[in-house]
Amino acid sequence: MRLADTLRFARDAATGYPLRTALSVLAMSIGVAAVVILTALGDGARRYVVGQFSSIGTNLVIVLPGRSGTGGFNPANAITTTPRDLTIDDAAALRRAPAVSRVAPLAVGTSEISFGGRLREVMVAGSTSDFIPIRNFEVGQGSGLPEEDWSRGSSVAVIGSKIREELFPGGPAVGQLIRVGDRRLRIAGVLKPIGQGLGMNTDELVIVPVSLAQAMFNSNTLFRILVEARSREAIPEAKDQVLEILRQRHRGEEDVTVITQDAVLATFDKLLGALTLGVAGIAAISLAVAGILVMNVMLVAVTQRTGEIGLLKALGAPARTIRLAFLTEAAMLSTVGALVGYLLGQLGAFGLRQAFPVFPAYPPDWAVIAGLSTALVTGLLFGVMPARRAARLDPVQALMKH
Amino acid sequence: MALIELSGIERVFQLGDAEVHALAALNLRIEAGEYVAVMGPSGSGKSTLLNLLGLLDRPNAGTYRLEGRDVTTLSPDEQARVRSERIGFVFQSFHLVPRLTAAENIALPMTLAGIPARERNARVARALASFGLENRADHRPDQLSGGQRQRVAIARATIMQPALILADEPTGNLDRHTGEEVVDLLEALNAAGVTLVVVTHDQAMGARARRRIVMEDGRLKSDSRSPDAPG
Repeated sequence: MRLADTLRFARDAATGYPLRTALSVLAMSIGVAAVVILTALGDGARRYVVGQFSSIGTNLVIVLPGRSGTGGFNPANAITTTPRDLTIDDAAALRRAPAVSRVAPLAVGTSEISFGGRLREVMVAGSTSDFIPIRNFEVGQGSGLPEEDWSRGSSVAVIGSKIREELFPGGPAVGQLIRVGDRRLRIAGVLKPIGQGLGMNTDELVIVPVSLAQAMFNSNTLFRILVEARSREAIPEAKDQVLEILRQRHRGEEDVTVITQDAVLATFDKLLGALTLGVAGIAAISLAVAGILVMNVMLVAVTQRTGEIGLLKALGAPARTIRLAFLTEAAMLSTVGALVGYLLGQLGAFGLRQAFPVFPAYPPDWAVIAGLSTALVTGLLFGVMPARRAARLDPVQALMKH
Repeated sequence: MALIELSGIERVFQLGDAEVHALAALNLRIEAGEYVAVMGPSGSGKSTLLNLLGLLDRPNAGTYRLEGRDVTTLSPDEQARVRSERIGFVFQSFHLVPRLTAAENIALPMTLAGIPARERNARVARALASFGLENRADHRPDQLSGGQRQRVAIARATIMQPALILADEPTGNLDRHTGEEVVDLLEALNAAGVTLVVVTHDQAMGARARRRIVMEDGRLKSDSRSPDAPG
């Protein structure tokens, strides 16, 4: 039989039993759609987290007080290690490191903010003028913190956009005097709205000079030191230099933890990539189930069409022709199912993106290719057995079943 | 050279513990162009004989020569090729493919043999015309009457221009009048030179054949020729 005839014969056979065909196409398309949508979700989560994390800054190296080593508990450390806090002077010293371009100390606490009878609790971040550019924030109105000696701490504040809306609905905010805790501060600027970023809502943040924050919270320690390396390539160098400077300042003890944005990003990337892969694996099971369904449908088809197979044999069809006809039909069912499923999956991912615009739910290419090819391969693989059964039927027996 | 030469054919079926000799020690010669009716009661082995002649079944012993060639030792695919090129089947229940049109059903043997579509169409058009089915070409079997269905089936059996047509109760599912039409059609084919072997219960139809074989218990009971038979 010619290829075109085989294709047409298989197509006519498939459309001759619409319900049976529709069901197996549906099963296959659900399988493929599941792969597309689930990997779109997984990969969307990965992109979202990675995007959020890279938005906190560029080439960042973050210094945390305390050592979170992996060496386990060492009794010697319990006696000799004196926990030492990070100070503004530590941060200032890091500016000497050649691989470092900018440094911002960060002290954090909560306080109350009030203006004109309105009062609310806020998170206060004490830092310096470089904090806003390092964190990739942008000033919408007014200016950022003033360039000044880190220990001076003038009475100014930069507020988040939501604070502005709540305290100054409709009115101008820059230049107003507000009360934060027991201090009276002048508003120097308002941040552009950014939204949620890694658990800290920057739209509800109040940024003040670092020494002012320390005085307000009656402490001289820092929560973090944010260090920006000169370039991506300089990140490991900057990390080493930061560690070396702090060790010298802390009498040879390495009692800080330095993490790089790259390392954290890579970890998230790997973690969520593995998650996507796992989800894809689960979805692949539905493809295997769909393949088995195609096999069932084809077995039913062989039984239903036993008489026809006998006739084909009587008319001189060799076993190969019959095998090929049934295999082609199975391949057609899974191909159509795979394509319909791909469209359904893309439609679902599109729907997700419409419903959650911040969530980049795009199925990764590898998942689409793997899903489609798995569908085709399982369809073919599970089509082999029914096709062989059809080809092996005894023509006399087959002809009697009509 | 005889068209069909059976010698010492045995066909044994295993039914539970019992062995049933559907055909036993059968010797038969059919010349090209003959018109043979195979008759006999149910279970006498006539269907088995027809399946064997059509290479749908293999004997347990004996040899079957078709056009001088021993076809019992051929592989299944070689036998399929012989069926495709030399043998046409007409069945009692027509055996048309329900989803295919009359034209497609007639073309089916050519499709399976890989004949190009253009030649198929030309030959189908000629067959439709000669069997009076021109305006039924696009009808499906369920839109055709019984007589029309059997005419489609006969057109299909002859489309590959076989040397031998095997008909199994071709009028069994038809009323007397349409049955006669179908028999006329088959006899016309025979008159054109095709060897015709018909299995039938119908005495009247058997009487029309020039040679009658009556079977009983897997053996030939009688083999008679009409006196006016030329061959």
